Amino acid sequence: MPVQNFEQIFQGKIDNEVKIEPKDWMPDAYRRTNIRQISQHAHSEVVGMLPEGNWITRAPSLKRKAILLAKVQDEAGHGLYLYSACETLGVSREETMNDLHSGKAKYSSIFNYPTLTWADIGAIGWLVDGAAIMNQVMLTRTSYGPYARAMVRICKEESFHQRQGFESLLVLSRGTEEQKAMCQDAINRWWWPALMMFGPKDSESTNSDQSMKWKIKRKSNDELRQNFVDMIAEQIKTLGMKLPDDKLKWNDERRHYDFGEINWDEFWQVVKGNGPCNKQRLDARKKAWEEGEWVREAAAAYARKKASPNPSKGGALEAA
Amino acid sequence: MNYIRKFYYGDIPEDKGGAEISDSKNPPSGGRGADWPLWEVFIRSKQGLDHKHAGSLHAADAQMAIENARDVYTRRMEGESIWVVESKYITASNPEEAGELYDPAKDKIYRHPSFYNLPDEVNLM
Ligand SMILES: [Fe+2]
Ligand SMILES: [Fe+2]
Repeated sequence: MPVQNFEQIFQGKIDNEVKIEPKDWMPDAYRRTNIRQISQHAHSEVVGMLPEGNWITRAPSLKRKAILLAKVQDEAGHGLYLYSACETLGVSREETMNDLHSGKAKYSSIFNYPTLTWADIGAIGWLVDGAAIMNQVMLTRTSYGPYARAMVRICKEESFHQRQGFESLLVLSRGTEEQKAMCQDAINRWWWPALMMFGPKDSESTNSDQSMKWKIKRKSNDELRQNFVDMIAEQIKTLGMKLPDDKLKWNDERRHYDFGEINWDEFWQVVKGNGPCNKQRLDARKKAWEEGEWVREAAAAYARKKASPNPSKGGALEAA
Repeated sequence: MNYIRKFYYGDIPEDKGGAEISDSKNPPSGGRGADWPLWEVFIRSKQGLDHKHAGSLHAADAQMAIENARDVYTRRMEGESIWVVESKYITASNPEEAGELYDPAKDKIYRHPSFYNLPDEVNLM
């Protein structure tokens, strides 16, 4: 069959909401786009553990520590689900890890911001996981089967992340003056980077919407961002806090909140590697990988030994 | 090469700092200890039900695969029994042969109970 026909069948499946599975024919660009997007997503889950991990030993109570540990452990799992989905496209886990460590592959720039106070952990759960959920809910309907299935699993776990974050901020917002100030300060620092998570404005892009046509993505950056602003602008009322945006205002005509301009210069700086913690994050990942080498090696050696036991030795041990 | 240049949430394209990523056209030489095999994980959610495919993971051996599967796939009581099998032992049917394999079942409606019209008094059969 000529490639043309394969492409028609492929697009036909997409148009009819039939998922694409690993062994199906797919255009190379579709495969590569998925590899890039899924691996970036996986790296984001894994690097995302670092800013939060920073507070595990300093959480204010045993309860908060247990919650934070559980959340961070979930994020490790999310990374695994996504790395596995990525592998179904024919890329090895090692290549994917190498690309992160060499700086070739990116992860969400939000994780290049520091977690300065305990309130940041609440703000991350509420705002950062909240923004991620908007994207991930959409991705449960993405066209590549393994990616969609990973997203279903992830979304089931995510809502706890956002709720625990909000609840933690709620406690601070009803606390002492210092706690209230800490809560507001964390919101001030995380709000704009959270909005940047959705990527550049739709109008910035002059290129075709191939990802939409292939249903890898199903909503535009601006659409997702607007949904997020509308949700948070309402939820913050319960906290009695303010979003750091003078232009934030309900627009009755649009039936949406208007909001101010994002600092895109900052966004591109962080993407290019000049954010406050880019180097620190990558160094931490590389250190973990390198220092884990002896563990990986020892486990592999042990598995080899068990798989091919020396019969005489084995017998002797059993006799002894 | 240029593929999709539009920058979506979570997808930083290659011309905006997201460099060309690897895709096994040039697989790496294999770092030490990075070559644990891939395992498929099957979980029984409840006694009496089938084991169902849950996902995959890398592990040095079967025991580690089960321990890792416990940690990632059953943290919220999703399972009470785990099977793992090395992915290389799974043989999958070829999607291009789907027609030959599954089409013959399509015109055999007499295999379904609804094919048989019975009088009302015995129709619960
Ligand atoms: Fe996550
Ligand atoms: Fe999360």
